[in-house]
Amino acid sequence: MGLKEKILTKSLWVFHLSVGSCNNCDIEILDCLTPRFDIERLGMQLIGSVRHADVILVTGALNKKSTPILKNIYAQAPKPCFVVAIGTCPCSRHMFKDSYNTISALDEVMPVDLYIPGCPPKPEAIIAGLAKLIKKVTRK
Amino acid sequence: MIMGISRAIFTYLIFPGIAFSFFMGGIGWWLERKLSARFQYRVGPPWYQTFLDLAKLFIKETTIPTGAVKTLFVISPLISFSATAMFSAIVAQGYFFQKNAVADVIVLLYLLIIPSLFIILGAFSSRNALALVGAARETKLMLAYEFVFIISLIIVIIKSGGSILLSDIIRYQAQNGMHLKSASGFIAITLSIFYIQAKLGIVPFDMAEADQEIMAGTMIEYSGPLLGFFRASKTLLYFSLPLFIITLLGVVPGDTLPAKILFVALEYLIVILIISIIKNINPRARIKDALSFFWFFLSPLGIIGILLALKGM
Ligand code: SF4
Repeated sequence: MGLKEKILTKSLWVFHLSVGSCNNCDIEILDCLTPRFDIERLGMQLIGSVRHADVILVTGALNKKSTPILKNIYAQAPKPCFVVAIGTCPCSRHMFKDSYNTISALDEVMPVDLYIPGCPPKPEAIIAGLAKLIKKVTRK
Repeated sequence: MIMGISRAIFTYLIFPGIAFSFFMGGIGWWLERKLSARFQYRVGPPWYQTFLDLAKLFIKETTIPTGAVKTLFVISPLISFSATAMFSAIVAQGYFFQKNAVADVIVLLYLLIIPSLFIILGAFSSRNALALVGAARETKLMLAYEFVFIISLIIVIIKSGGSILLSDIIRYQAQNGMHLKSASGFIAITLSIFYIQAKLGIVPFDMAEADQEIMAGTMIEYSGPLLGFFRASKTLLYFSLPLFIITLLGVVPGDTLPAKILFVALEYLIVILIISIIKNINPRARIKDALSFFWFFLSPLGIIGILLALKGM
């Protein structure tokens, strides 16, 4: 385990990106910052600009309109930057699978480091997922 | 000769210069975050979080937006950092070893303006609409808070017998008690606390970096080490700005170094506590409200303070 990974995983700044969600997953992400769950104690912080991001949390089903924007935003993020798919929507397109507008799941567009399924996933599930991400990164 | 030089380098770089200010600033920033967390019944980050955040920024990639004015974009954080480093070294020297304090408050005021100026220039050079909004807000805010701070400086200068040398101000207070005790000194410290709040961009005066409205505003295009330099200069200011105010207004007469460190730590804690209380009981002000607060409430208060100081109160 390198020092670099250790520093990185102790101060993950998360950027929250909705590419067409129903807003439920977004609310669950905000729940993680509330007194009960408080991910700031793990050094995580919700930040405003993707240029500062270490983790991009993607929620919602990708559609024709948002896919190019998502690619653009991912290209702007300074590497190393991890991508987390939150909710069943970005993981597998969920119930919008047969829609004319949702052409692909998230991992067909860009590399995804972690999938957190659920509709919406509980805050506990999101935190457990992020803990798994940290384990995965530090073990590499 | 060699001894003298190495001693000077030690005092400027390690104690009580840059490294010491940096460490204290990091602790102060963490304390402010931790207190905010406790106010909201959260646990809050561990004590080394500020340093970890900084270290992480230095291992990230630097991205430079297309169309940005590259040179200005890159040197802005560096100049901002070096100005604050110089400022912290001079202020800490002045407080802990009064004999070396040759700088006057005008130089320090000038060094304090440089970081804000280069934050604005960096934002303008990044060619981003939201950065422009942030820079415009920071410019307006600067007009407000620098004016108020100059008023409180004038109060201090009048009270210490017209001297603008840091060492004279310290000596005057060591002999006659701190300025804070008098009515005009109290007004000056009130103005200065709001000045710290606005200068460091803490709620309610964080409209230039408003995360939720304009996505980090002036900082939006900065990433990696460049952002790290901006944050490092903010970390330095977190300690040296309160220390400057303490030097101007609240010097406790004490001769030995440990006593001085103890008093400074105590006063610093009180300042951080006040700042985080103001932060947590206020929402973000609109730029118009902030300007009218500084110009139409604090400035008249400051002018009353100047009159009181002239009367010797
Ligand atoms: S996974 Fe469910 S809750 Fe989340 S965005 Fe999709 S439909 Fe909404």
